[in-house]
Amino acid sequence: MKLLLKYLKDYKKESVLAPLFKLLEAFFELLVPLVMASIIDRGIGNGDMGYVGKMGLCLITLGLVGLTASITAQFFAAKAAVGFAAKVRKALFEHIQGLDFTSIDKAGTSTLITRMTSDINQVQSGVNMVLRLFLRSPIVVFGSMIMAFTIDVKSALIFVAAIPMLAIVVFGIMLWTMPLYKKVQSHLDAVLGITRENLTGVRVIRAFHKEEDEEERFKEAASVLAVSQTFVGKISAVMNPVTYIIVNGAILALIYVGALQVNVGNLSQGEVVAIINYMSQILVELVKLANLIITITKALACADRVADVFGIQNETRKPAGRECEFPDAYFSVEHVSLTYDGAGAESLSDIDFTVEKGQTIGIIGGTGSGKTSLIHLISGVYPATAGGIYLEGKNIDGMDGNALKERIGMVPQKAVLFKGTVRSNLLWGNENATEDDLWQALELAQAKEIVESKQGGLDAVVEQNGRNYSGGQRQRLTIARALVRKPEILILDDSASALDYATDAKLRKALQKLEGKTTVFIVSQRASSIRHADKIVVLEDGEMACVGTHEELLAGCSVYQEIYYSQYPEERPMEDAR
Amino acid sequence: MKDRKSTVLRVLQYIRKYRMFVIFSLLLAAVTVGLTLYVPILVGDAVDLLLGVGKVDFEQIFKIMFEIGIVMLVTALAQWVMNTCNNHIAYHVVKDIREDAFANLERLSFIFLDGHSYGDIVSRIVADVDTFADGLLMGFTQLFTGVLTIAGTLIFMLVTNVPIALVVVCITPLSFFVAKFIAGKTFHMFKEQSQTRGEQTALIDEAIGNQKLVKMFSQEEKLTQKFTEINGRLEECSLKAIFFSSITNPATRFVNSLVYAGVGIFGALVAIKGGISVGRLSCFLSYANQYTKPFNEISGVITELQNALVCASRIFELIDETPQVPDDEKARVLRQAKGEVSLDQVYFSYLPEQKLIQNFNLAVKPGQRIAIVGPTGCGKTTVINLLMRFYDVNSGQINVDGTDIRKITRGSLRTGYGMVLQETWLKSGTIRENICMGRPDASEEEMIQASKAAHAHSFIKRLPKGYDTVIGEDGGSLSQGQKQLLCIARVMLCLPPMLILDEATSSIDTRTEQKIQKAFATMMEGRTSFIVAHRLSTIREADVILVMKDGNIIEQGSHESLLAKNGFYTELYKSQFSG
Repeated sequence: MKLLLKYLKDYKKESVLAPLFKLLEAFFELLVPLVMASIIDRGIGNGDMGYVGKMGLCLITLGLVGLTASITAQFFAAKAAVGFAAKVRKALFEHIQGLDFTSIDKAGTSTLITRMTSDINQVQSGVNMVLRLFLRSPIVVFGSMIMAFTIDVKSALIFVAAIPMLAIVVFGIMLWTMPLYKKVQSHLDAVLGITRENLTGVRVIRAFHKEEDEEERFKEAASVLAVSQTFVGKISAVMNPVTYIIVNGAILALIYVGALQVNVGNLSQGEVVAIINYMSQILVELVKLANLIITITKALACADRVADVFGIQNETRKPAGRECEFPDAYFSVEHVSLTYDGAGAESLSDIDFTVEKGQTIGIIGGTGSGKTSLIHLISGVYPATAGGIYLEGKNIDGMDGNALKERIGMVPQKAVLFKGTVRSNLLWGNENATEDDLWQALELAQAKEIVESKQGGLDAVVEQNGRNYSGGQRQRLTIARALVRKPEILILDDSASALDYATDAKLRKALQKLEGKTTVFIVSQRASSIRHADKIVVLEDGEMACVGTHEELLAGCSVYQEIYYSQYPEERPMEDAR
Repeated sequence: MKDRKSTVLRVLQYIRKYRMFVIFSLLLAAVTVGLTLYVPILVGDAVDLLLGVGKVDFEQIFKIMFEIGIVMLVTALAQWVMNTCNNHIAYHVVKDIREDAFANLERLSFIFLDGHSYGDIVSRIVADVDTFADGLLMGFTQLFTGVLTIAGTLIFMLVTNVPIALVVVCITPLSFFVAKFIAGKTFHMFKEQSQTRGEQTALIDEAIGNQKLVKMFSQEEKLTQKFTEINGRLEECSLKAIFFSSITNPATRFVNSLVYAGVGIFGALVAIKGGISVGRLSCFLSYANQYTKPFNEISGVITELQNALVCASRIFELIDETPQVPDDEKARVLRQAKGEVSLDQVYFSYLPEQKLIQNFNLAVKPGQRIAIVGPTGCGKTTVINLLMRFYDVNSGQINVDGTDIRKITRGSLRTGYGMVLQETWLKSGTIRENICMGRPDASEEEMIQASKAAHAHSFIKRLPKGYDTVIGEDGGSLSQGQKQLLCIARVMLCLPPMLILDEATSSIDTRTEQKIQKAFATMMEGRTSFIVAHRLSTIREADVILVMKDGNIIEQGSHESLLAKNGFYTELYKSQFSG
């Protein structure tokens, strides 16, 4: 929370004025019973109608002044809270954008999103409520006590006794129920989990004929939830009756003390009414305070979650000052290893190969063999934990982030488009691309017909995540997006997996015709996608099993042979087949 | 309006089960309200006895104090029991509704399930029901006591002094109108706020969800710009919405203070003329405070209740959604199927205006292997939907062992198939629970044997807790390939007479796939199997190949005969080698 407070700094004026005006309002409210007391004692006591009228006007004026003060306070509070939240949101967004991948992986995407949205909203309403109410309630409670003191010390002592008792009850129940509410929340999560599961897995569940079992499971979870809700409810239901007893007990005491004092002549009838009024005001205020405390505890928890994100820092790391072994090579990967943060073992170890400009490099290997990790390293997304990767003799680890990225066209495994239009998505590759550039890229990526068939052509609408396009269409568009950049290095990370063979083949043919000397990295599980590459890197369990051309590998690399023949069994040499 | 009425009736039906609680709660509410209102009268009576120096009647005061004490304790007890009752009713009604909704969910047709977003259905069962619970609870605790309080105060006031009571009656509705007026004015501001908020969330979701991509294309600045712009707009409309709505409280408080002042002035004037005692006036004053409060609360409760009703109607929609046609009463239970499957003049389409499968005929002998191939989106999963009877055919019929599958219970038909789908799905729980899903009574050895056959045993063994490792929702931290292996092990354990493999191996590397295929080969031995795959190599050995395009089966035959045809299949097949 402290970390976030600095964003409230720009709203210092508002944050001070809001409670101040609230204080004024409370003050005027506290005057009301006094005015009433004098109406009773002087107005009714002396039968002075003029005085009653005057004091009545005074009551209305107090109300009006209170109203003005209160509205002013609401405005300042809203302004400070909303402005604060906007500032935090922006800062958080920028902070997250600046995080490196290791940090993002550690935090997890979905929690980052909830923290940016619902958590900050909770904090906003927390700040708003604090500014508006947090000062008001104590002021009214303690103000009532002080006012009671000004009237009669003995009666006021009853306040001194009652207030701590009330505090113990209110906070005690709060502390007791808070963890219980958390439990309820987790039971609700369980109900949600089962529901979700039954939707996402509906086919499997019905295939295994598990409907009744699932129903039983759900019933159980729903019952557990209901029981825990009822239990917490029972405890919180104690709060109102108990505070009611305390306040009314205090009123009983006030009557008794008041009776004694009036009998001796220390107090008037009106003053007793006023003191009782002050006690009743405390009861009303307590109910508000209880609600407020729930909001505040929630907001504090959320503020912590938000602050946690600010606490995530990129690790400062010195790029390895490693000498390049092949300064003449266009691109060289030299004895590179990668260990993801928090992972026990190396995901890649000792990968070593060189690439000439314009070559096509195939990367093949089984699930979990480290293909995508290698792509992460080559594109500079993650830094190598050992060894070095060099582009024209310079370590890419030391390069300015954008300098490297601008030379690379990346087509990730998961084809994602952003909300906007086809054009806005393609322009990601190169902001200054012309209409012709875009169409050319689309044609190369076999995506021309997709765009032509859509209403609006290049300006056809793309929904969030590109969900109004099929997987294959998205994949082709993401390829076009990378091509718009006219990249020096094109990386296709299993980018053809959603394409059928015919389209895949056409795409590969088109890529071969790319003008200029584009170096292409193709990651695939299909031997057909990479067999014509100039060099094929075969990965197995994070290690480089072999490297070479298709023919070389087929002759001497058992891992490659196994992969290849599993896809082309009829080409398997006869003596092997048995 | 009529809808709302029927929704209310439905809710009442659910509440009926707890009617004893409701009656009890209402009785207690009446007691609570009555006694709460009685206390100020007693306090006023006591105040009236404080006449002046030496004129205080202590005996009388003690009597009143004793009375207040009793009333207070009874009120508190009644209040607590009432609240507990209300909790019980609300949470149990909600539980019943949830269970009904879920029960129907398990019986809904795939036409409904495939046509609705899961997020929407989940939010109905979870969030909507929750909002409904809140509304119901609030309705019970506040609406009824609120109305009773207003009625009670009114009666007490009218009995005590008609003119002063009239003053209160005339001024209070003002606060109601003020609140309503402000709520009406701020409605569109809130709408704008939630729209802008949605816009921002979408952007955040995109930007953070795909951050790697964003960075790769150096779009951070552009996105931040867009974000800042939306953020600015959000700040503006939030401020408006929050500020204007927050005027409600001070405004109604002001009306309250007007009532208070009104009672004060008018009451004092009456008192001067001797029309009311000071004690009664103080009692009036505290009524003036209490009387206006329920008005504010009720306006809040009414919005809350309206909201709750909307939520309730959304759940009822789900409960009322017509479930799939129930199993025929005379439906037979399929036991130890031979695996003879035939499709006879089958016509099927999801939408009447979009023709898909037409006049599809196929006869599969027990143990045969059927491969379904075709480009992306050609409708291969449709065939599975029909075989498993996730959807019913429009006309024609599908037979298993010579019986129309509509005359077989769904449960026994489906357990007759072993299915590995394209989307791997695992339930949250242990690996063991997942593998033994089809046969919870399987022994340890059987389970391990199935896992070994699916090549899953070695990776499971390496997990921190082996077979008792808990995996999160949808497989959690397992890789796609590992999830698929588990799905295969799940089927391996049951070994049903018929198999459906839907691109089961598409995300497993070719070497593992090969091993699995060997295992599959043993499993498929003597079992009728339907295989869907992109990889032509995996289906080359099929007895019959169905070539699909645009939802229809366009070619049918063995690998050789199809190649000889030189049609669409040939084109597909060749493209694999044209590099």
